[in-house]
Amino acid sequence: MTDMAIQTQALDHFFGEGEARKQAIFDVNLEIERGKLTILMGPSGSGKTTLLTLMGCLRHVQSGSVTLLERELKGAGEAEPVRLRRRLGFIFQAHNLHESLTATENVLMGLQVHGKGNAAKQMAAAHHMLRLVGLEDRLDYLPGNLSGGQKQRVAVARALVSNPDVIFADEPTAALDKVSGRNVVDMLKTMGRERGTTTVMVTHDNRILELADRIITLEEGRVVSDVRP
Amino acid sequence: MSKLLERLLGRLPVGWLQLTHSRTRFAAAVAGVAFANLLVFMQLGIMGAMSTATLAPYNFLDADIMISAEDANTLTDGSNVARARLFQAMTVAGVESGAPLFVGILEFKLPDGTNSTLQTFATEVADRDFLSAEIAAQFSRLTQENTALIDTKTRGVDASVFADLKDGKPFAFEVNGQTLTAIGTLELGGGFSADGTLFVSDQTFLRFFGKRSSGAPNHVLLKVADGVSPQVVAERLRSILPAASVQVNTLAEYKAADLAYQSLERPTGIIFGFGVLIGIIVGIVIVYQVLSTDVADHLKEYATFKAMGYEHRFFLGIVLEEAGILAVFGFIPGFIVSMGLYAGLSAVTSLPVYMDGTRPFMVFFGTLAACALSGAIATRRLAAADPADLF
Repeated sequence: MTDMAIQTQALDHFFGEGEARKQAIFDVNLEIERGKLTILMGPSGSGKTTLLTLMGCLRHVQSGSVTLLERELKGAGEAEPVRLRRRLGFIFQAHNLHESLTATENVLMGLQVHGKGNAAKQMAAAHHMLRLVGLEDRLDYLPGNLSGGQKQRVAVARALVSNPDVIFADEPTAALDKVSGRNVVDMLKTMGRERGTTTVMVTHDNRILELADRIITLEEGRVVSDVRP
Repeated sequence: MSKLLERLLGRLPVGWLQLTHSRTRFAAAVAGVAFANLLVFMQLGIMGAMSTATLAPYNFLDADIMISAEDANTLTDGSNVARARLFQAMTVAGVESGAPLFVGILEFKLPDGTNSTLQTFATEVADRDFLSAEIAAQFSRLTQENTALIDTKTRGVDASVFADLKDGKPFAFEVNGQTLTAIGTLELGGGFSADGTLFVSDQTFLRFFGKRSSGAPNHVLLKVADGVSPQVVAERLRSILPAASVQVNTLAEYKAADLAYQSLERPTGIIFGFGVLIGIIVGIVIVYQVLSTDVADHLKEYATFKAMGYEHRFFLGIVLEEAGILAVFGFIPGFIVSMGLYAGLSAVTSLPVYMDGTRPFMVFFGTLAACALSGAIATRRLAAADPADLF
């Protein structure tokens, strides 16, 4: 097993076709270490979200190479990315909770993707995770009855409950107050330290930069800065 | 319900939770499916009544083979058959006995001035063994002039009219300006071509149908000798009788052909069959609308599940779970309301509209299949759920 969770080589990506074809990512070469919190920064349209989705096998790799958890994604077909995604956790800027499911049920969805398992154990794990994000009194609430911050915490719990190998997060603290945001990032850091979970996060939140192990800055689809504070 | 489904599916019943999230929308969807079920049940009920009414008169006959005019499609239509065909048939090996059957419609004028139509069957009294045991037992009494066995379930006639008759007292009534006296009864009820049934002797028949002749019955009934196959004898008869003027069928074949003709060729059968089709299409469209709207409303959630690693079959499972729920919840009220409407329709029309044992299962599994088909079509919209769009 290598120390690298993700590797990209000569990665390019394009949107559109014909004359409308536009390059969004230019020759990105990165190695992301396991267990580290890596932050992607850059102005809007700089390609950080595109890079995140390419590394998270949510887009097909068109040119170059992406190796995620020792699996090459270029030409990986349909089934391999689906299997790989079960080892990942995604935290979206918009929480994307299922409105018909309670907080507990939303978190359970993060577990049931791995199979039936022991229902009681799954329930206990979901409740434990919701307690960790401070929602022990909101277990059976539907998202419609939760505040924006609470919804985001449920989404964080859903992403973390299955102990993923890599977490991809897009502005996970945007809807949270300073303390809650800090708690979430602390939790991601702790998971990295204790379980070796790798986190790749897109953020504009300067309040959490000090917690990053590495900050990569993109501009116009190119890596312009790569620092380890 | 949620717990039950969770146990059955081995996962959270996402489809059920989605459907019931908005109670009003769920109720509307269920009402739509119930309505489609009701449409199908009613059309099938009427088609069933048509089949029952078509076949019921055959139950009063006891014959193996029937010779009919070439243009006859049912027991009651077509040209007449020359009585000579009966004598020809009697010469064929295997034919044991034969009898003419006369069929016509008489108008029964009630004391209050209203009319009912009576499908009238007649044969010779001596040939009563060609009739069912119930009719044959009373038929010998019809040697008396202008006497009949009357259907006590005749549509539009109050049962009290026949009260005295049931006690053995003759009941005289007016038919085509002449008096006919009922001295016995049968029970059949109204069909699609007449309000009731009447059995008379051939002599009485010919008196009431002045233009008819004893030499030209509607059908010739034949019995074959014991141990002889009616099919084999029918084939022999076909070889000697002119196909251009008569057709020879076993009674079972003729019943099947009559039913097929009523269902597939006559406007009534086609209309009711079309009604069933419309009901099925309405059901498919309603369920498709509900499911495709539901999929469209939850594309972001589905995309999130895709990002989490859920496979296509999971989404198919959700949509089919919803389809199954709509099928079950729509079927129950559709079935109950249909039972009520069957009873009402039967009471008003005297038609044998009733729920037979197989129809609910047929409609239920048909509903499940239609809902599953709608669900399968609706899942095409899932392709639009792209997890990359979530970022």
